[in-house]
Amino acid sequence: MIQLSEIWPVIWLTLLISGLATIISFVLALPAALFLYFQEFPGRKIVLSLIHTGMGLPPVVVGLFVALLLWRSGPLGSLGLMYTPAAMLIAQIIIAWRIIAGLTWAALQQVDPTLILQAKALGASRLQLALTLFREARLGQISAVIAAFGAVVSEVGAVLMVGGNIKGYTRVLTTAILQETRLGNFSLAIILALILLGLSFAVNWLLTSWQQKGTKSWRLPSWK
Amino acid sequence: MKLKALLINKLFWPLTLLFLLLFLLLPHSISCRHRSASSPQEIILATTTSLYDSGLLDELLPVFEKETGFKVKPIAVGSGEALAMGKRGDADLLLVHAPEMENEFMAGNFGVRREELMASDFVLVGPAEDPAMVKGLPFAEALARIAELRHPFVSRGDKSGTHLLETKLWAKLGLRPAGAWYWQTGQGMAETLRIASEKQAYTLADYPTYHQLSSGLRLSVLSRDPNYQNIYSAILPRNVKNRGNETGGKRLLEFLLSQEARQIITSFGVKQGETESLFRLLK
Repeated sequence: MIQLSEIWPVIWLTLLISGLATIISFVLALPAALFLYFQEFPGRKIVLSLIHTGMGLPPVVVGLFVALLLWRSGPLGSLGLMYTPAAMLIAQIIIAWRIIAGLTWAALQQVDPTLILQAKALGASRLQLALTLFREARLGQISAVIAAFGAVVSEVGAVLMVGGNIKGYTRVLTTAILQETRLGNFSLAIILALILLGLSFAVNWLLTSWQQKGTKSWRLPSWK
Repeated sequence: MKLKALLINKLFWPLTLLFLLLFLLLPHSISCRHRSASSPQEIILATTTSLYDSGLLDELLPVFEKETGFKVKPIAVGSGEALAMGKRGDADLLLVHAPEMENEFMAGNFGVRREELMASDFVLVGPAEDPAMVKGLPFAEALARIAELRHPFVSRGDKSGTHLLETKLWAKLGLRPAGAWYWQTGQGMAETLRIASEKQAYTLADYPTYHQLSSGLRLSVLSRDPNYQNIYSAILPRNVKNRGNETGGKRLLEFLLSQEARQIITSFGVKQGETESLFRLLK
């Protein structure tokens, strides 16, 4: 039977990789979304469609793509990244990025355009405009972060492919569940699944309460 | 005002570029940190799933790691995939069980050294009631019978060693299995056994994996064929463009052939409550 001491590193790595991937991809996706919102350029619709297609891309395909790059025989093979947590992080960042970019852009779209006009009329700089937009669309952005975290924490195909599910090194909760299920240790698989659910709930509870705090200030409009 | 807007407008591009740069540099910085820690001593071991699932590697590898300081990364794949990884130089040592494909591999000059390590039995498993009455029959006859009665049969269909044995048997019979009774899972032995159990179908399996899972399966061993042994060998692949860790692969191979490793292999099955070892030594 597996010991608790063997589960801790798995939980820790799951949290570390999913959390880092979500944060990094948010930092990378926000400028992209803002750029797409502000900048009119030829092919903008194509870029958006590509991002939306990416949102439906199976993570396994992302895993395959990253694996092809990182294998020793691949173009980035000399970095020695294949079957490391770093490789898993890269795959997870890509998986989270497409979700955050797509949903953040959608959240920006929903901001009342008159607000932008107003801000422009008041002489807001581009940076100030971006900040205003960011503040106004924060609820949608937190939703995007929640969706992205959910996607990476539950992801199994890509991390298995590029991480290799190595015990004590690249094993995360999802791949551990897969391994224990194939070995017929269903009770352990269920325990791991419950841990994963609990973890996911805890993180989402934090994010949701943060999101809800944001709504309180204007929940009751004065005209009601 | 216009000037200011233009400035920030221009700042947008550098910012985007900065993020792109960050994105490109990030994996590098992580790798550097990681490299100094462990990379030069890393051995990627592409192993067949049955060895991985049996738990034998969990007994062997820590001993080797402790003795030599190398870090072994076992990657569980089918034999076909393991050989493909060896060809590309993506693994430092291969543990496989597909003799024909291995010989091809060696003939193609992709490998430096091949050593047969151990053997286990192949078994034909199926429902205990044995509706096709194949109990005790040699594999070829049993399969012919299952095909004739069109009783459900689950095939690995993944170019693994077990699947290759099955293909060989069908070829010997001159049959091309197809139809609603013949299912290809394309998955590992454990998944395939579970599917066979759920569907109460027949399948070919390696005995160690079956043994590992048997308590949860509604399948019995119906026949063993002394003509077909499951031979596991270790192959040291050619170090393509000097990318791999050849020294590490060699050391691991030598360890697997050592007296110490042989001791672990022999006692492995016994520890699991078997009267005889799950894996037999060959030499």
